[in-house]
Order: sequence, then structure tokens, then C-alpha cells
Amino acid sequence: MAKQVQVKTLKINGVDVGGRGDQTILQVAREHDIEMPTLCHIEGLSDVGACRLCLVEVKGINKLIPSCTTLVEEGMEVTTNSERLAKYRKMVLELLFAERNHICSVCVSNGHCDLQDLARLLGVTHVRYPYRYPRLSVDASHQRFVLDQNRCILCTRCVRVCDEIEGAHTWDVMGRGIEAKVITDLNQPWGSSETCTSCGKCVQVCPTGALSEKGKSVAEMSKRRQFLPYLTTMREERE
Amino acid sequence: MSKQIIIDPVTRIEGHGKITIQLDEDGSVKDAFFHVTQIRGFEKFCEGRPFYEMPSLMARICGICPVSHLIASAKACDAILGVVIPPAAEKLRRIMNLAQIIESHALSFFYLASPDLLLGMDSDPASRNIFGVLKNNPTLARDGVRMRQMGQQVVEWLGGKRIHPSWIVPGGVNEPLTVEKRDQILSAVPEGLFIVERTLEWFRGILGKFGREIQEFANFPTLYVGLVDSDGGLEHYDGKIRVMDASGNIISDMLEPGSYDDYIGEAVEPFSFLKFPYYKPMGYEDGIYRVGPLARLNIVNRCGTKRADEMLQEYKELGREVVQSSFHYHFARLIEIVFAFEKIKELLGEDDILDTRVRAHAEPNNLEGIGVSEAPRGTLIHHYKVDGNGLVTWANLIIATGHNNLAMNRGVLQVARAFVHGKQMTDGMLNRVEAVIRAYDPCLSCSTHAVGQMPLRIQLRSSAGEIVDEVVR
Repeated sequence: MAKQVQVKTLKINGVDVGGRGDQTILQVAREHDIEMPTLCHIEGLSDVGACRLCLVEVKGINKLIPSCTTLVEEGMEVTTNSERLAKYRKMVLELLFAERNHICSVCVSNGHCDLQDLARLLGVTHVRYPYRYPRLSVDASHQRFVLDQNRCILCTRCVRVCDEIEGAHTWDVMGRGIEAKVITDLNQPWGSSETCTSCGKCVQVCPTGALSEKGKSVAEMSKRRQFLPYLTTMREERE
Repeated sequence: MSKQIIIDPVTRIEGHGKITIQLDEDGSVKDAFFHVTQIRGFEKFCEGRPFYEMPSLMARICGICPVSHLIASAKACDAILGVVIPPAAEKLRRIMNLAQIIESHALSFFYLASPDLLLGMDSDPASRNIFGVLKNNPTLARDGVRMRQMGQQVVEWLGGKRIHPSWIVPGGVNEPLTVEKRDQILSAVPEGLFIVERTLEWFRGILGKFGREIQEFANFPTLYVGLVDSDGGLEHYDGKIRVMDASGNIISDMLEPGSYDDYIGEAVEPFSFLKFPYYKPMGYEDGIYRVGPLARLNIVNRCGTKRADEMLQEYKELGREVVQSSFHYHFARLIEIVFAFEKIKELLGEDDILDTRVRAHAEPNNLEGIGVSEAPRGTLIHHYKVDGNGLVTWANLIIATGHNNLAMNRGVLQVARAFVHGKQMTDGMLNRVEAVIRAYDPCLSCSTHAVGQMPLRIQLRSSAGEIVDEVVR
């Protein structure tokens, strides 16, 4: 028997909308063709609210709320676009660029990159913060794929797809704050991972050039993600 | 009191350099140096990157000759992969290389050198630039713009982008040629040949005015080095290294480019960031050699295309055994443009040029790779070492301009001795010192800068280092 869910009515950008009680603000907004930028969110995986790009304003709450992890509530009044939001979203992107070494011109994902697309969409013309230029490693030990930490934004899509869809849980996050990085197994070279099935789902969901297929040249790494919703649906149907 | 004249920066060249002229007590030139004052560090910061990223990474060295770096780098990567690339891919790479030679030579000849050639070495520096050319000889200036555009247009048709296309990849190219693009390129060839013939006609006409410059512009015996094909013909993409002496004797032939380390040494001098390569068997500095258009036309038996071969005969008559004066780099550049157009046409006519098999795939099979090609300015060497996962552990690049470093320095001294006298310093004298550098078309950072707009500062310094006089252009 289907789960009992309550219908909630709320306002998004002044428009009356309705959604189920187990839906997030982001889901309901998108169902009503209200777009907002997202980066760590990807259709078919759970949400973690890592990137803070889908922040929205909710009337009566002073702080900004991530719409991907906040469930809709009766009577909510949500604003998805405001000067304040635009300012913070741009700031978030600029900080992502400043944090590691994102050199679009020589990147495998140039032209097919979610981070780059969003920067263009939100009008990031320059980065106001000093670049950190950290010295980060490249793990090319896997036969078919490469991990370039320089281009990772810690969205954890790879961690989630590996755990939730493939069921291998090869990926995880190690360290805290600025030291955080994605690792395979217990921080072993990817090529020597015993859990990795080499399915490549992590590579396809990665929003940037952090995970790519070996041998791809500049701008050649366009990712194929259409498989994800199908796989999710199939898994759910079997349950 | 001995004095020093400093020309900083040298104008109308690609990159940043300066010249120091040391005068003795009575104002005659004692010594002269060409300093390259920038350091960029490409060999260092590519360490740790996957090798297949190298062509695009290294192409960023230069905005004028990115294709040369793409080619030498991709060839080094082909060697790491251990593959022979598909024949169509090789031909397509050759076409793009030739298109870039057209574009780069046009930049050097029309934009950077023609102001001196048209307006004269002693003309007013305020108008001694491409705009001055446009005013005095609009056809020449327009031809220059058009020629450069044509070269870049072909690069764009092939690679999707005029500057830094990522079309040349390890193993070949990433997209085959289409019929439309082939026809587009073919339709541009007749106009290109017409323009370069018209320019050559003009150039022959002015040669007579530059007798003294031809005599004094780095006109001295050196070795000449470059790639030749298996029959000793003109080659820009592949082939083997030939070394010719000042009397036109081939002293070494069919040297493997991959063993460049056996015959090319690199010396370091404290006054320049650019190293000084030399021909090892003759030692530093006797192993001084020149590369680039002048050297290429000196060492080859033939060009291999009709018009270019006719012009090669005319060119060879300019010298006795070989053409020694670096002034003739300009002439050699024009002949190479003719060759490039003719060769592009020939390659586009090949049966397999539209073949869709244009890329070889492999895992890295070798831990070391060397790629050598002829860039517009001369022989270009890329040499990489990788670890078992294909990450670069070491890189060495010898750029065309580097080979000419010794010759440029000696050329500066020769011109300074002939034209500069400390007691009556004129702009024309100093412009000639710069012009000899321009003849080599050095690509110091491989970046263009504003035409004739950069301030030229000339300082007269006493032996104690005090500025006794300063001229700002």
C-alpha cells in the first residue's frame, strides 16, 4: 500500500503551489518550472546540501535555507531569487574557484562543466578572493579513470552514486574543513581499490573535470548522466 | 669613461628582452648582449599532470605558434603511447602546421619587420609601425592582415579555434576533415599565393636599399640545423636532423631527432634566462648554429613544390655556398609561405585525406617520449618522462628561439659595432640593433604586444653604473 502523504500548500516567489509533505522545496519548485541553480544536487541521488547554491529565503526565518534538503511546509513563503541570494550564490562560486586549481582552458571538462556553466549563468566575471593554489595530487592509478583533486569541489556526487546506486561505497570523504578530500577505500590508490567495480558512474556524475576518463584531451570529457534516473527507478521498483 | 647602452624593452618582437651595449673609453662598442628577461617555468609546473594533457598545456606557451607546440608535444605523447598515428591524421596535422607557419611568418614579416623595410631604419619611430605601413603602402598592410587571417582561418576550420585549438591530440587528431572544410581551404589557396607573390615582388624591389644591413646583419659563419625529409627536402613535421657548416658541407645527416641530447648541448649564461644550445661535437661556443627559415632553406636540397623550388634557386644565389646574412630570414619566410600554400593544396588532394580513422588509442607503453618538429622559428623539441600511471615526472623543451640565442647575441654585437658609436647616438642606430633581433623573429614569451607602442628606454651608463644620459622613445 502506498505511503500516506499530506499535501502542503505554499507560495514560491508569490505563486501558490502545492506539493507532498515528503518533497523538498527544490522538488516542488522544479515541478512548477521555477528554476534555481544547483551543483551538488543530481536527479536520482539523495541530497546533502553541500554546495549551498540552492539557498532560498523563507519568510520568518532569518538565515538562508538550502532548498534541496528542506521539506515543504504548510503556509511557507519562499523566495528563490533576490539580490541577497544572487550575491551569496556568486560568492559561493567564487570561493569554489579560489579554493583549488580550476584552469578551464586546459581542463578535460571545458565546455561540459557544471561549475563553469553556473559561473557563466550567474555572471561570475572574476574572482574577488585570492586563489589558494594548493598543491594537490592526481591519482592516475586506475586503468580507465583519473581523479584530479585540483578540480574537485567536494559535492560528494561520486560518494553518493557509488553508495546508493552501485552499492560499492568505494568513495568517501576524508579530513575536515579545508583539508577534506574524496578518497577511495581507506585512502588507497584508486587502482588498488578492492571495492571499486570500475563501473564509471562516479566519473559520469562528477560535475567538473575532477573525475574523467583516461586519455581524454581538453574539452573532450562530456558526461553521460541519463542512466541515473532509470537506475534509480529500477532499484525502487524492486524494493 | 666607458659607457653602457641599454635597450629595454626590445620592441616589435614577441616577448620581453633587452639589449646591453658596452662602450669603451672612446665610445666604440666593446661588447653587446641580448638578454631574455622573463621566466615562465612550463617545464616545472607540468610535473604531476597526466601526459595526455601536455599538448594543450604546452600550447599555452604561445599565442602565435600554439600549433607548433601542439605538434611537438603530441608527437612526444605518440611516442609515450608507442603508436604510429593513422596516415590521414598525420596529413591533417601537417596542414595545420603549415597554416600556422603562414600566419606566424605573416606576423613577423608584415607586422613586425615591414615598418623597417618600407619606411627605413632611420624613419620616425612614431610612425614606424603597422599603422605607418598602412598609411604609406595600404596594399602591403592589407596583404599582411589578410595573410595572417588566412593562416588562422585554416587553423580554425580544422581545429574549431584560431588560437589554442585542442584538435591535435596524442594519437592523432580528434575530428576528421569534412568535404566542406577541405573545399573551403582549397578555395583560399590561390589568393594566398597571389598575395605572397605580390609581396615578394615588392621585397625584391627594396632589397637594394639595404646593402649595408645585409652586409652587417648577423652576417657570419655558423652551422645550420633543421629537419629534412628522407631525400633531403624541406620538412616541417617529421624527418631527420641535418647539420650544415658555413661552407655548405653537410657535416652530419639523418640524425635521429630522438637522440638530440647526443649532439645538442645547452649552456647557461648569467645574463639571460634563455639557455644557449650548441652543437656538441664542436663545443660551446664554436658549435654556434642557426635554425628557422634561413637555416631550413640553406640545408635542403629542394622544397618539393613548383614555385617554392623556383624561388629556392633565386634564394641560393644570394650567398656563395650558403646564405649567411640573417637579413635574409625575411626572404626565406616569404618562400616558406609559398611552399606552405602549395603543400597544403597538395595534401588536400590526397586520396585518404577525408579518412575518418584519425586517432590511435593506447595506454602509455613507454615511459619516455620525444617529439621534434619545425616551428616557424626553427626546430622545436619536446621531451617528457612519465611514471607508470602516465603522470609527467620530467620535461625538457628546447624552443626554436633558444637555438638561435648564440647567433642573436653575436648578431647584436656585429650590428652594434657597425652602426653604434657612443659619441653620437641616434635612434636609427639603435633601431638597427633591434632590427637584427627582429630578423630572427624570436618568440620570447610567445606573446604579441602593442605594435610600436611599448616604450623604448635607452640608457647611457658609466662604468660605475650611473645613468649619464637617457632617451625615452
